Amino acid sequence: MELTSPRFKANVRDALKKPNLKTAMGRLISTMGPRRLAARAGLPEFERLCDQARDIKNHTLANLDFYLEAYEAKLRASGGTLHWCRTPEEARATILDLCRQADARTVTKGKSMIAEEIGLNEFLEANGIEPVETDLGEYIIQIAGEAPSHIIAPAVHKTKEEIADLFFEKHQRYGLPKRSEPKDLVDDARKILRPRYIAADVGITGANFLIAETGSSVIVTNEGNGDLTQSLPKMHIVVASLEKLVPTLEDVTTILRVLARSATGQEFSTYTTFSTGPRRADDLDGPADYHVILLDNGRSRLLGTEFQDMLRCIRCGACMNNCPVYAAIGGHAYGSTYVGPMGAVLTPSLVGLADSHHLPNASSFCGRCEEVCPMRIPLPKLMRAYREQSFAAKLGPAPERWALAAWAFAAKRPRLYRLVSEAAARLLGNHGARRGAFRRLPLAGGWTGGRDLPAPEGRTFHSLWRERRRAGAA
Amino acid sequence: MSANARDAILAEVRKSLAGRRRANHSTDPSGDAPAARLEGHARNLIPDRTAGGRAANVALFIKMIEGVSGTVERVASASEVPKVVAGYLARHNLPPKLAMAPDSRLTSLPWAAQPLLEIRQGAARESDQVALTGTFAAVAETGTLMMASFADRPNTLNFLPDNHVVVVAVKDLVGTYEDAWDRLRAAGGLPRTTTFITGPSRTSDIELVPTLGAHGPRRLHVILIEDAG
Ligand code: SF4
Repeated sequence: MELTSPRFKANVRDALKKPNLKTAMGRLISTMGPRRLAARAGLPEFERLCDQARDIKNHTLANLDFYLEAYEAKLRASGGTLHWCRTPEEARATILDLCRQADARTVTKGKSMIAEEIGLNEFLEANGIEPVETDLGEYIIQIAGEAPSHIIAPAVHKTKEEIADLFFEKHQRYGLPKRSEPKDLVDDARKILRPRYIAADVGITGANFLIAETGSSVIVTNEGNGDLTQSLPKMHIVVASLEKLVPTLEDVTTILRVLARSATGQEFSTYTTFSTGPRRADDLDGPADYHVILLDNGRSRLLGTEFQDMLRCIRCGACMNNCPVYAAIGGHAYGSTYVGPMGAVLTPSLVGLADSHHLPNASSFCGRCEEVCPMRIPLPKLMRAYREQSFAAKLGPAPERWALAAWAFAAKRPRLYRLVSEAAARLLGNHGARRGAFRRLPLAGGWTGGRDLPAPEGRTFHSLWRERRRAGAA
Repeated sequence: MSANARDAILAEVRKSLAGRRRANHSTDPSGDAPAARLEGHARNLIPDRTAGGRAANVALFIKMIEGVSGTVERVASASEVPKVVAGYLARHNLPPKLAMAPDSRLTSLPWAAQPLLEIRQGAARESDQVALTGTFAAVAETGTLMMASFADRPNTLNFLPDNHVVVVAVKDLVGTYEDAWDRLRAAGGLPRTTTFITGPSRTSDIELVPTLGAHGPRRLHVILIEDAG
């Protein structure tokens, strides 16, 4: 997709004007939060399992070279082929090559964020191969010509009326009548995609995990689309990235116990499928060829830095389902493949801060994302680290930097800080005393544009504290 | 391209990790040596919910399947399965036709007693409405069926037909996924496809409304055989 993160502020302004988006996002927050909490309450060991899941990924990342080579050896022994790719360009070229080997005209696709990350659909189309998204949410946004707005519910920004209109427009050529209930829309998509699965020459899926012990790739779905995608065509291509590695079946099982509960509030997703090599000699079905694309795209450089923590992410989406900023602006405003709190950290890691320095600012630092993250990723801390980097690299607007620099200068000098803050509190207190709040403040129009600034009482915390101490001592 | 990319990526990974390794900053709280970990199959924390014994796990298995809109029918012995399958088809107004896995546990059942039933053995076809399969193991923890795609158990039967009827023997019911892994390792390791199935196909992609029958089976029906045989 085209990266529009540099236009983040304009994106946000546009998003806030869309009434349907507000409805859809409100629904997300009010539905997914409680679903997750109920699932968590149903498993007393949940928090301890999260600790173990974190430890498993930390161990894997600390020994990633070992596990990558172990995985490669097992994959090869099972008859599959591994393709190491440094960049999206290398990954796309490799996939195109494989599709050409299979004489592919259409490929079906299960949901894959890595495929989004490398812009696979546009590339295949430009090369005369038709990609067909089969996950319902991905199908909806594909025919709408949009990008996903959520990592597990890609079309969550759309209301059912919008989807009904879209289906009516795009499905007329199949002779389908206009329908508007979710179950009928699901049924329409099912009817249209059935023959596509069967006609496809290649099936492309993502991978939630790669297992070093067995050389398997794992997908977790509810619809069963990923399984039809990989079982029916003669070639199965998996698009994955370095950090999907997990040592053993026991390890992945522990992580699976927290994944579905965090993502959708289910005890377990409907389908969890382990694919190990191509079909065996006596098998009655399954793909004859099995290829795994292993993408780096900057991940190896994050190892050993404080951003290594981000590589534990299992893409459950809990951080965005519980984020007040994401809830207000939706996923498209981020202008990047990965959105919400995890996207605000991962995007700068993958594309660099120059184009994405606004994203780590899309946070109120309420801390909800870290609280709900099953992999214990300190998202606010990492956003703060990127804020510091963009400050150091002078990426923010100049007045903001000057103000921060002035504040930092004063904050390191307690007497100066007290003098200035007391003077400011008095000034603001005197001027705002009548209404109790300011509607507009010079130099802070952006902040007061949408809300009032409560007027201080005229005293600072420091001076009240000193006074109490004195009173207490007396 | 691939050989270069491989070496370059591994070199970058090692370079990035080297700093931490030298500093002896253990980022590895478990302290496991990786090679031993791959061999050891050590279990992590196992939830308590399946510790109640066989009868409790049967009850839990049924409760969990029903909780995800699957259905369960209990029979005393395997010989009752053909009659129960015929009854299921009639109840749902389905034609008396089955696509069945050529699994000896199924083919050995007394199908002759249901002469009207048309049975085809093999992988699924687009026109199949009902699939009948066995299962490698059933997991009580979440009401989950573990399917292993051995030569007599084609994977497409699990996904293509609208109705999936699964025959489960109580002796194949285990408590946890880990128990199922141990059984699969003992049976020779992972086949091409190992699938955990928990309920019929579903989606929440339209307004987060849970809707059944997205792409896989619209119905999942388990026939649970109580006898030990
Ligand atoms: S950062 Fe944590 S909560 Fe967010 S998607 Fe990743 S694992 Fe889930």
